[in-house]
Amino acid sequence: MSKVIKIKRGLDIRLKGAAGKTVSQPGRSDLFAVKPTDFKGIDPRILVKQGQEVLAGTPLFCDKTHPEIVFVSPVSGTVEEILRGERRKLLDIVVRSGSQSGFEPLQKGDPATMDMEAIRQQLFKSGLWPSIIQRPYGVVADPTHTPRDIFISAFDSAPLGADYEFILKDEAKAFSTGIKALGKLTLGKVHIGLDSRKEPSKVFANLEGVEYHLFSGPHPAGNTGIQIHHVAPVNKGEVVWTVTPQLVALIGRTFLLGQLDSTWTFALAGSYVKEPRYIKGIRGMAIAPVLAGQLQEQELPPRVISGNVLTGTNIGENGYLGYYDSVVTVIPEGKYFDLFGWAMPGINKFSMSRSFLSSLLPKKSWDIDTNLKGGHRAFVMTGQYEKVFPMDIYPVHLLKAVLTNDIDKMEQLGIYEVIEEDMALCEFVCTSKTDVQEILRSGLDLIRKEMSQ
Amino acid sequence: MKAKKLRQLVDRMKPQFQKGGKLAKLHSTFNAFESFLFVPDRVTQNGAHIRDSIDLKRTMTVVILALFPALIFGMLNTGFQHFLSIGEHVAFFSWQGFGFGFLKVLPIIVVSYVTGLGIEFIFAQVKGHEVNEGFLVSGMLIPLIMPVDVPLWMVALATAFAVVFGKEVFGGTGMNVFNPALLSRVFLFFAYPAFMTGDKIWIAGLTKGQGVIDGFSGATPLGELAAGHTDKLPKFIDMFLGTIPGSIGETSALAILIGAVILVATGIGSWKIMFSVVLGGLFMGGILNLWGANSYMQVPFYYHLVMGGFAFGAVFMATDPVTGAQTEKGKWIYGFFIGLMSILIRVVNPAYPEGVMLAILLMNVFAPLIDHFVVQSNINRRLKRIPVKV
Repeated sequence: MSKVIKIKRGLDIRLKGAAGKTVSQPGRSDLFAVKPTDFKGIDPRILVKQGQEVLAGTPLFCDKTHPEIVFVSPVSGTVEEILRGERRKLLDIVVRSGSQSGFEPLQKGDPATMDMEAIRQQLFKSGLWPSIIQRPYGVVADPTHTPRDIFISAFDSAPLGADYEFILKDEAKAFSTGIKALGKLTLGKVHIGLDSRKEPSKVFANLEGVEYHLFSGPHPAGNTGIQIHHVAPVNKGEVVWTVTPQLVALIGRTFLLGQLDSTWTFALAGSYVKEPRYIKGIRGMAIAPVLAGQLQEQELPPRVISGNVLTGTNIGENGYLGYYDSVVTVIPEGKYFDLFGWAMPGINKFSMSRSFLSSLLPKKSWDIDTNLKGGHRAFVMTGQYEKVFPMDIYPVHLLKAVLTNDIDKMEQLGIYEVIEEDMALCEFVCTSKTDVQEILRSGLDLIRKEMSQ
Repeated sequence: MKAKKLRQLVDRMKPQFQKGGKLAKLHSTFNAFESFLFVPDRVTQNGAHIRDSIDLKRTMTVVILALFPALIFGMLNTGFQHFLSIGEHVAFFSWQGFGFGFLKVLPIIVVSYVTGLGIEFIFAQVKGHEVNEGFLVSGMLIPLIMPVDVPLWMVALATAFAVVFGKEVFGGTGMNVFNPALLSRVFLFFAYPAFMTGDKIWIAGLTKGQGVIDGFSGATPLGELAAGHTDKLPKFIDMFLGTIPGSIGETSALAILIGAVILVATGIGSWKIMFSVVLGGLFMGGILNLWGANSYMQVPFYYHLVMGGFAFGAVFMATDPVTGAQTEKGKWIYGFFIGLMSILIRVVNPAYPEGVMLAILLMNVFAPLIDHFVVQSNINRRLKRIPVKV
């Protein structure tokens, strides 16, 4: 196997409540949702009405620019509710599962024998096209492009991240089928990034037609963006695609079964979860039945995050599992005042800097709440982002280019190579509490708009 | 329980300072005091759900903590030098000496903070911003780089100048080009040269004509050297420990070293800058040694590290993240040139015995340029990567 790429800069935040290696079935859930807000770069057009009967795989909405990109119901049942927010922004399309299960038919067969167009059609019809994220911009892949390469990171290095090898331990066939399908979509290679510290399990090892890369080091070593940067960075005008492992298996399953199977395993983790473990559920499921009786009774209310603590979405106790998320994290909501919090020795306060006593306990697992722990300030400290951002890019200069809407500068400084998750740790460590991810997104959106004209 | 009662009190007062309240105009002031007492209950809205515990208050607190050894030493030394000058023998670590120094130095600190924070509060109020913590450090730096006999009105004037023209006109903390504390020093240096140089102002009481015993000189080592009195240079160990005349906080390289250890250990101060300043200073000192055209140039190169404000500048001034180079590579260049220029100005230009201050301010101007070149090389590297299309 290829040589190990060492990621030196980064930060592993050890949080309490890592999911144990057991899988359980959740309580029965009747409600499922597909959320247009999960998808970047999509302008949704609704295709169903409230009360309409749908099958597993029936399109609920599509993208206005590329109507072939559809977003389908994970289960059969009836459309319960179409939730809109301010200015009629589509939020949730909720489906109540019926007693009978039915499926929209899909093509069955070996992707190795199919041509590119047949595979594309399968991805469109199955509603799994949005699984593919493109760089630059970190949006749902534009179907008019053929990517230079496809990148898959086989491990999640984020705090309390899911163990894909565990999730996919019985899905080796589906995963390899998915890889075959994806291999047909690019003229380049399918790259898989592996954690060098572990022996790759049979799921990821010995796949045909893929190029392996080994990575070692702290988070964000498991982010595809970091891996792409170290293997073959995205230059201006180039497009690469990324897919997460469980979605690859899901794509594979459609070819094996000839229908959409929305079974989805995710880690339920975080300091507020009584028994952190894996849950075998269904995509888009309501989270309330999963959480019922599972949360610790504490003074501070819980924050339920679909995704990890750095990049996930606050879905609340009555929300739905996000499209891409293999982990649900529950941590305390930090709504409290901390008397002289900034002056205390801080044995319980985690910080990358060593300005709290907590740095004397490097092995400890932390229980970090959602308090901002300070006020917003102008950029003051330097060198801080660089410590957790293992790319040959100047993060603060890039952000300043975004803040001044300087498109040329953004381009020159490497905005095509990054998406929010790659800079999430910068946001975490920021002394000035800058909203790094939000700023970066506004830059990505701006430059994408400019480029499409 | 006390925390709860205090919180209730603050909560009761809060509505008056918010929009529509009687004292809404004092919102920024109230906010500053509230966030001083309590880290706010604000939670993350978007992006990362958890955040590092560090904030600007913590950062500034650590820097002030790092300044404490120099401050305490400065107070001790103020008393020690005073009693030495009037011929009374007092041990260095004595309550008498410390008490005298404490009472001399404290008013300077108070004036610096009251003036600076007052102006900061007013600006924050007018702009409707939160009060920034930047001055917490500047307010301590300013007294430490003053001669102890400086009149208090001068401290106030210099502080006001530094905060208004050094910081607020640029948009406040984070936007300034020059190190505010150094600006206050340079303002006094050029506006009132008679007060800022010579051999009287470094010892408490000397400017008021309090008796000097025979054989005592209040001149700093740099002053002696500039005047050509190489033979009067104190011993290296005395200069390292700091039992010599000089600005309040700058004399003891040892105390400053303790501060440097605190800054580097906590990760707050850039060791790269500190290290490269020292490197630049030694380099220039070495070259001058080789040249050796006069007695000043022949002073052993490592002496420069413990004389004047070199150590203080390297550890506390050059490392200011706002006015220094911001790229990691740039920090090496920036620091090296500060060290180099300091010694060059100090030795070659007799009009400015203290070169560190001017060297740092000069490099403050060049820091953006250094960063520009560093960033540009990154841009070029990226451009070269693009495969040439035939």
